[in-house]
This record gives sequence, C-alpha cells and structure tokens, in this order.
Amino acid sequence: MRLSAWADRQAAAVMILPAVLILLAFSLFPLLASAYLALSRFSLAAGGYKIRFVGTRNFAKLLIGSEQFHFLGTFGRLSVLDYLILGLAVASCGYGLWRYLAGGRAGLLGLAGRLIAGLLALALLALALIVLNAPGFPGSLVVTLVYVVAGVALQFALGLGLALLCAQPLKGRNFFRIVFFIPLMVTPVGIAYAFRMLADMGKGPFAPIWQLFGLAQFSWASDPWSARLVVMIGDAWQWTPFLFLVLLAAIENQPRDQVEAARIDGASSFQIFRDITWPAIAPVAATVVLIRLIEAFKIIDLPNVLTNGGPGIATESLTLHAFIAWRTQDLGASAAVGYSLLFVATVTCVAFFNLVAQRTRRHEA
Amino acid sequence: MKLRAWLSGTAMVAMASLLTSVGQAKDFDGVTVNVMTFTGPQIAEPLQRRGPDFEALTGAKINVITVPFSDLYTKLLTDWASGTNSIDAAVFAPQWMVDYVGPGYLEDLTDWAAADTALQADDIAPFFREFSQTYNGRTYLLTLDGDFQMVYYRTDLFAEAGLTAPATWDDYLNAAKTLHGKDMNGDGQGDYGSCIAKKRNAQSYWMITSVAGGFIQAKGTSEGVFFDSASMAPLVNNEAFGAALDVYTATTQYGPPDEINLDVGDTRSLFTTGRCALTLDWGDIGTLAIDPENSKVIDKVGSVMLPGSKKVLDRASGKLVDCDANTCPHAIDGVNRAPFAAFGGWSGGINKAADAKVKQAAYAFFSYMSQPAQSNVDVTIGKTGFNPYRISQFDKIDQWTKAGMSEAAAKDYLGAIKASLDSPNMVLDLRIPKNQAYQQVVLDTAIARLLAGEIDKTAAMQAIEAGWNELNEDEGVDEQLGFYKATLGQK
Repeated sequence: MRLSAWADRQAAAVMILPAVLILLAFSLFPLLASAYLALSRFSLAAGGYKIRFVGTRNFAKLLIGSEQFHFLGTFGRLSVLDYLILGLAVASCGYGLWRYLAGGRAGLLGLAGRLIAGLLALALLALALIVLNAPGFPGSLVVTLVYVVAGVALQFALGLGLALLCAQPLKGRNFFRIVFFIPLMVTPVGIAYAFRMLADMGKGPFAPIWQLFGLAQFSWASDPWSARLVVMIGDAWQWTPFLFLVLLAAIENQPRDQVEAARIDGASSFQIFRDITWPAIAPVAATVVLIRLIEAFKIIDLPNVLTNGGPGIATESLTLHAFIAWRTQDLGASAAVGYSLLFVATVTCVAFFNLVAQRTRRHEA
Repeated sequence: MKLRAWLSGTAMVAMASLLTSVGQAKDFDGVTVNVMTFTGPQIAEPLQRRGPDFEALTGAKINVITVPFSDLYTKLLTDWASGTNSIDAAVFAPQWMVDYVGPGYLEDLTDWAAADTALQADDIAPFFREFSQTYNGRTYLLTLDGDFQMVYYRTDLFAEAGLTAPATWDDYLNAAKTLHGKDMNGDGQGDYGSCIAKKRNAQSYWMITSVAGGFIQAKGTSEGVFFDSASMAPLVNNEAFGAALDVYTATTQYGPPDEINLDVGDTRSLFTTGRCALTLDWGDIGTLAIDPENSKVIDKVGSVMLPGSKKVLDRASGKLVDCDANTCPHAIDGVNRAPFAAFGGWSGGINKAADAKVKQAAYAFFSYMSQPAQSNVDVTIGKTGFNPYRISQFDKIDQWTKAGMSEAAAKDYLGAIKASLDSPNMVLDLRIPKNQAYQQVVLDTAIARLLAGEIDKTAAMQAIEAGWNELNEDEGVDEQLGFYKATLGQK
C-alpha cells in the first residue's frame, strides 16, 4: 500500500523525466559545448579534429586584440557633448538605482540585475559614442545595436501607425491587412534578394526615378550609413507586419464602451489614444517589442545578402560576424562572438522585461 | 593489398583511356559521383554539361553540387574532416590542397595519372603539371583550368586616344584617367576607365597581389611575394606594398560607383558590354569577349601581361629602389613585371574516403574533362570559366578562330598568357597551411576596409601584417616558413 502510494507520488516525475532530459540535452549541451569552444582553438586534423584549451584568448582577441576593430570598432575621440551625454546617462542610472533602493522593495537579485544592466548600458553607450566619432568606426557590436534600437523603433512606429489605420472603419481595410501581412510570409533570404533587386539604383525597377533625381551614379552600398539604412529598411519591410498584426489585434480588443463613452464626451482622437488605447495595448506592445528585440539581435540574412557585410565591415552584425568566423574555421572566435551576443541580448531583454514589460502589466492590474 | 590497389588503379586507368573509343562496356553503371564546386555559372557549367555525355559513355552519374565561393573551402573541409564524406570529389583551388593533403583527405593520383595515356599529361603545361597539381612531389589534382591574371584593354579606344598597352601601373592609371567618362558603347552615357572586382568575401583578394607583384618580387619566382623567405616576416608593411595600395585605391576613382561591391561576374559583364576601358581579370575575359550573344567588344580587346613597376622593393630597408640590372634582373625595358598565377586554376581532387568504384569513376570523369577532345573546346567557351593550360591549346590557333576569335586577337590573348606562363619572375600563389585565412580573411578584410574608407593605407598595412603574424604564430613560424620555402623551391 505504501509502495503503491510512493509509486503514485513518483509517477509524475518519472513521466516528465524523459522530456526534461531531452530538453536539457538539446538546450544545455550546445550551450556548454559552445562555451568550451569559446575558450578553445579548434582545428581539423586527420580523422577528426583537435580542440586546444586557450582560456580567454578568443575574448581577449575580440576586446583588446587583432579583432577589436571588428567586434568593438575603431575608437575615435569623445567631444564635450559626448561627455555631457555620458554624464547624463550615469546620473539617470544612479537616480534609477536610488529610487529602487529607496522604494523599500529592493532585493539582492534585483540589485545585482540592475547593476549589471546599468553598467552594460553605460558601457554600450560609451562605446557607441567613441566609435561613432571621427576617426572611429563602429564594429559589429555597435552596428547590431543600431539595427536593434533604430530598427525596432522604426518597425514599432510603422506597425502601430498601420494598425491604428486598419482599425478604422475604412472601406477595403481587409485588403490592406492582407497586403501589409504578406512580407512576413516570405522567406527572409527571399526578402533580402527581392530588396536587393528593388534597391539597385543602376538596374532595379526604380532606376529611372534615381536617374531623374541625378542619383544614378550614387551607390548606397558603397557608403556605410546608406548601406546600414537600406538594411534597416529591408528589415522593417520584413518585420513591420508582425508588429502590425499583433498591435492590430490588441487595438481591436480594447474596451469599446470606454472609447464610445469618450467620443460622446467629446474627447479628441489623440486623447482617446493616450488615455484609453495606449494603456490597453501597452502590455501587448511591450511583449511584441521584447520578441522583436530578441530577433533583431540575431539579424544576419539581410546584411549577408544585401551587402555581404560591406562596405568594409560597415553592415556586419554580430551574427554575421560569428558566421564569417565560423566559415573560416575559426570556431573559437565564432563561439566567443556568439557568447558575447548572448550576454548582451540576454541582459538587454531581461532588463527590458523587468523594467518595461512587467511595469506595463502592473499598470494594467 | 598492393596488388589489389594496383589492379584497381590499372582498371581505372584503362577505363579512362578507353573513354574516347566507341562502344565500350559501361563499367560504372549505377555509380553516382557527388562533385562539389562553386556556384557558377562558370566551372559548374562544363561539369554539368558534360556530365550526361560521360554517363552515356561510362554509366557513372555525375551529380554536381554547388556552393558559394566563400563557402567552398570550409564545406569540403568539414565534410571530409567530420567523416560525413557526402562529397566524393571536388573542383577547387589548388592552393587549398595543402590543407586537404596533410590530414589525408585527398586520394593520391600519381600512379593513376602516370598510367593514363588518354590524359596526355605531357600536353599539360609544366607549371600546372609539376606545381599546381602536385604536393610534395605527388599528384593529388587534375588541372581543368589555367589561371593567370592579366590586364585587358579596349584596343579601339586606346588607338583613338593614342595610347599603348600599359606596361606599368602608372600607364594603367593614366589610360584609365584619359578614357574615364567617355561613351564606350554608343549608348550616349559616360563609361568607366577601369573596372576591377573589389567585392569582399568574393574572389577579389587576388587583385591586390596582382598589382603588388611587380613592386615586390624582382629576382625571380623563388623570391616570393608574400613573406621574407628568411624570417617569414610579411612583405605587406613597406613602401612597395604601399605603392600597390595607392595604385589599387586610385583605380577606384575611374571605376563604376559601386565597384567595391562588384564580383568578377559583374566586372566581366561590364567590360564585355563595352562599359569599361580596362580591367584586371583571369583569362575568362578573352573568351567572354567573343561571345556573339552578349559581347559588344568582339575583336576590340587587347590582352597584356600584368603591368609592372620601374621601382622595386629593397627587402633590407623596406624602401622602393630604382630598377637596374642588379635590382631587376628580369626587367623588360626597365620595367619589372611579375605575372601572378592567381588561384592556380580550378582542379579536380578526389576524396580518399570515397568508395573505390566511385573514386575510379571520379578520376575517369576528371580525366575525361581534361582530355584535349573536351578541354580544347571548353577553354574557348567563355561561360565555362576554363582558360588554356595545355600546350596544344596555345599552339593550335585554328580552334580559337573557329570559336569566333580573330587570328590577331587569338595570338594576342594566348601570347599574353604564354608570356605570363614563361616568365622567370612569375608570382606563385600562397600555398602554406591556412592560406585561406591569410588571404580570404585577413587580406580581404583589410583591403575591403581600406576601399570603404574605414582605414587608411598605413592602418591597412599594419592590419595585414598583424593578422599574418598572428596566423604565423598560431601555426608555428618555423613550420610555416618551411612550407613557404618548399613552395618556392627553396631549401
């Protein structure tokens, strides 16, 4: 009887165990194996391969060694304005931390998380400022941050705007909903090739327009910022529908009675948006931005197909950097770049989740 | 075991020899050979086109698998090293052979080739037969293509402007400057003085060595252009390499606006459609220019051995010094020229771990592709990407005139390749372990950053030097020096 009861108690764990083991094998093993690879030098040898432990050499190469230009970038000089911006950022972080500590709900884990997130944010801001100043040049880390911050902001603005438009009782809005949704259904490499063709100023379908404006001799792919802009536009073309779709669903689920009551009371559209729609969709908006942030950190297909990472290394994202290192058999460096990306993306996304997404939910509650 | 190997080799060689005869038994019925090469259309095209003919003759099905050029080296290495062995044979760059032979991935073809009379190995130019195909005196590859970089120019435009074929890089720049902006194809729009493929992660990283060769190597092939053969110090941070970088960046002023993103296919298309006065490329331009369907420059193309310099590197001081009998013993009219055997010509190698019958079929296929009956036709067709490498291909002008080249153009084109091939100051491509990382990663990235304006000339030279030194240290300076000297024929 006791044995049967004991078996009953263990049954759940036994049933779940295979699934847990499989999950661990497929998630933890690659993580641990690539962590070891990041600390090693890999080379192919007769009958297989050799892995030699080199400690933190791969990371040192990225941070202070021969690949620093590629990962962090080439350092320029900070201006007075940059120092002011940095000072303001330090003060903001300090103020946020003080508020957290003074709030009476501070915990050790929360403090550690905020410290890590704050220090990383300050370090990334300082890095961005120093490499974006002459004679500096951004490496794959800052280029990725540009794609993430500017790209996701652009996609969110466009997605929200389109969702607000399509939520209006307009004629033919279902048609536009489908049209806006199509780019999301196309394979990313297909999008990249299609966009490469569209953006070709010499032979593309819009070439006559460029010629009309005297831009036929301009090559966007030869200028670092125009090349990055085209990558971001391509990314926006691909991903805006995702934000549009989710935000549209959120807008359509907002409390209709409140909107109608506000209209009867004479509230303007902006007031309705600010006081009813935005609070209603904020948790969904924060979640969808979080999902996009995670995806945006991994951008590779567009810069790879559109510009091959060029001109120079101007459009190379961290994932493309890791891929190129892998392709040239430098698996240690590739894993080190991958782990750096994992660290930055995890801290950013966890911080966003705790500081933004969770907060919107608290407001909702 | 030896007897079995001998019998199998003999059977295979006999098979290869019989390929040209009609009515043979299909010894390779049911055999499929997976052959990997790069995404063409060049190189893959003749393999795909002739695969069915070969199957009809032998029964062996040739399955051509293509990957982008930048992935080819790694795909082969990972497939063979991991033991996957899904690729039975490949057509790739001979300079990568050093990384494939060392661990034992490639089949030794020495005895097979020696017994293969249909191959007519003596007809293959000695450089390809004795250097490009071999490693440590053993044959591991069969050459399918001969590769030298040369300069091509528009003879009609040069004659009009009173220019002569460039002998120095200064001549090249002067001609490019003179002709840049002129309408070269009659469409009413200005065209380009020079078109050179400069795309990163593509096939552009050989171009800078083509320019630098004449500045750095003056005392013959055994001197080498990449490293000091006494110390393994990279020869990339000195006045000579700096001068080459100046020339290379200056050509961009006279090129298309997006030149730094153009691959060789793009510049070839621009040149053959009449949009460029000059270009630097492998032998493909010569045959692409006579393609009646696509070329607008038929019989308007001159070919010339790579231009050179009147100043060369003094290796002791790192400075440029004037050419004289002592500093430039091989100079022509006071100009040191160093034709670059870039790449070495696409060649076929066989996976040692493949099934014995599949290996025999793969060898028979490469032999078939290389035999004069096929090869002498393929080298005259632009889209194949194959350039002449057999003596008979240089000697028999009629096969070129039959393909649409005028006799004068054929003599000019073949003469330029032959002059390069016969030059005592020919530059050999890098063939030390990890050469792909030296060139396709370190050199390519630094040059791309220089062209994009990310760094200046000094920083580019320092980046290449630091990267190459780091690789030397990783692989072992003495070991790499040993390989380098062996490549150059030094002891």
